[in-house]
Amino acid sequence: MKKIIPKIKVLPILQDAEKITIKLSEKTIETSEKANNFLTDFADVILFIVRIIKESFSGKFEFKEFLHQCYVVGYKTLPLISITGAIMGLVLTIQARPTLADFGAVSLLPGMVSVSLIREMGPVITALICAGKIGSGMGAELGSMRVSEQIDAMEVSSTNPMKFLVVTRVLAATCMIPLLILYADGLGILGSWAGANIKGDVTFGLFFSQAFSPVDWIDFLPAVVKSVFFGAIIGIVGCYKGYNAGRGTESVGIAANSAVVTASLLVIILDMIAVQITDMLA
Amino acid sequence: MKTDQSGPLNKDTVKKNTNEPVIEINNLRKSFGSQEVLKNVTLKLHPGENLTVLGKSGSGKSVLIKCIVGLLHSDSGNINVLGLDVNSLNRNELGDLRQKIGFLFQSGALYDSMTVKQNLEFPLRRIKRDLTTLEIKEKIEEVLENVGLADALDKMPSQLSGGMRKRISLARTIIVDPMVMLYDEPTTGLDPATSDEISLLINKVQKKYKTSSLIITHDINCARKTADRIIMLNEGEIYLEGKLSDFENSEDELIKSFFM
Repeated sequence: MKKIIPKIKVLPILQDAEKITIKLSEKTIETSEKANNFLTDFADVILFIVRIIKESFSGKFEFKEFLHQCYVVGYKTLPLISITGAIMGLVLTIQARPTLADFGAVSLLPGMVSVSLIREMGPVITALICAGKIGSGMGAELGSMRVSEQIDAMEVSSTNPMKFLVVTRVLAATCMIPLLILYADGLGILGSWAGANIKGDVTFGLFFSQAFSPVDWIDFLPAVVKSVFFGAIIGIVGCYKGYNAGRGTESVGIAANSAVVTASLLVIILDMIAVQITDMLA
Repeated sequence: MKTDQSGPLNKDTVKKNTNEPVIEINNLRKSFGSQEVLKNVTLKLHPGENLTVLGKSGSGKSVLIKCIVGLLHSDSGNINVLGLDVNSLNRNELGDLRQKIGFLFQSGALYDSMTVKQNLEFPLRRIKRDLTTLEIKEKIEEVLENVGLADALDKMPSQLSGGMRKRISLARTIIVDPMVMLYDEPTTGLDPATSDEISLLINKVQKKYKTSSLIITHDINCARKTADRIIMLNEGEIYLEGKLSDFENSEDELIKSFFM
């Protein structure tokens, strides 16, 4: 005998509640997955940094490769930094001059430009340019080496790729980016002198003595210290993204792009922290 | 387990202890998430032997070879290479063991930023540290001669064809005199004529350098030319093990689909 099961009518309000509950639980799972991925990534980065530090002090240092990376990071970035640095000083001078002229304070222009460049604009803008060029370069290079099994090949030929590829690049970025920033500062002041001479006539000696008279160690030292951290961050992020790239060719692009975005963001955040610390100490 | 630099097994002892396998794998399992790639794989590679592992794409061949060399860690089971348990070695010990293993990657994996000469020098300067510059030069010329590319010394990898890249990659592998050669799809992506040349080169290397070879491939012609013994992997498990004739005479549909 066939059993007839009566159809149960579900009230529309209950149906809505069910849908809302399902959506809420899906959102909760999604959010917890995102939080989990973020924490896992964060832990991975910390482990990566710990490994870099450990590998830097253990075994034979890859000095030749380090010098090569210094050449790549430093020398090959010089043209870009030269143009950026000079334009930075020139534009700042041209923009600031009318305002200062209104107050009859044009003589303060060299000092204002040099302090702005040394304390803030030089380090941050140069670091952002380096994040774009060096960070993406490292991300793409190591990413393509990962995809084409070159990192694995290095590992099976008894070479520690972490030491050979990552440590040398991070140290080169940490050493060379502060130097590039100082160089950009210098060219910025030179550009500012050129800018000052567009509507005026200032001698090289007078401009430079006015530019450096208000500059103190308290302007100079924090900028150098934060430049070292900027260099380290750009190197670490670029290498981390490239070294841990996925297996497909698409991952190379993702690694390079992600290296630039993350490094730039971290440079800005670190600058904010550095400014707060400097302000407290001053 | 400690690794002796001279090795518990060197080429001479391997030749004498002919019964002792160069590679011995027992009950190997490897999963990626919920996907079980290798299920209870057991195999032996004997000294001086060319063992070919056949299988479709995704059957776990490359995972197997990467577990052998320690690039991937197995979930369970034993991998014994030259008398050493790969899973129990630390980084330095694994590095020492890898000096005795040659690995030819599917893509060739030549270092793009280096010339052919620098590619060949790279492992040599790190593994055979006592060699003089002249000895290194001679060694590079010798291996390039052996792979038939003596004039490629100053070329960049981007200037080489697929077959040439494979040959240079093979030269980079044999330059350090490995005892065991692992080939990951050595003929993939090559035309039939170049594939044949690479297969013959594998035999030549085995004879000249007295290596034991594990060849991962899905190219039946490569298997025909190189294999002393064949193992077929299917869905992470050993499907059949035997000589070439056993496979060619088999009535099994899966095997026939390969050998037709």
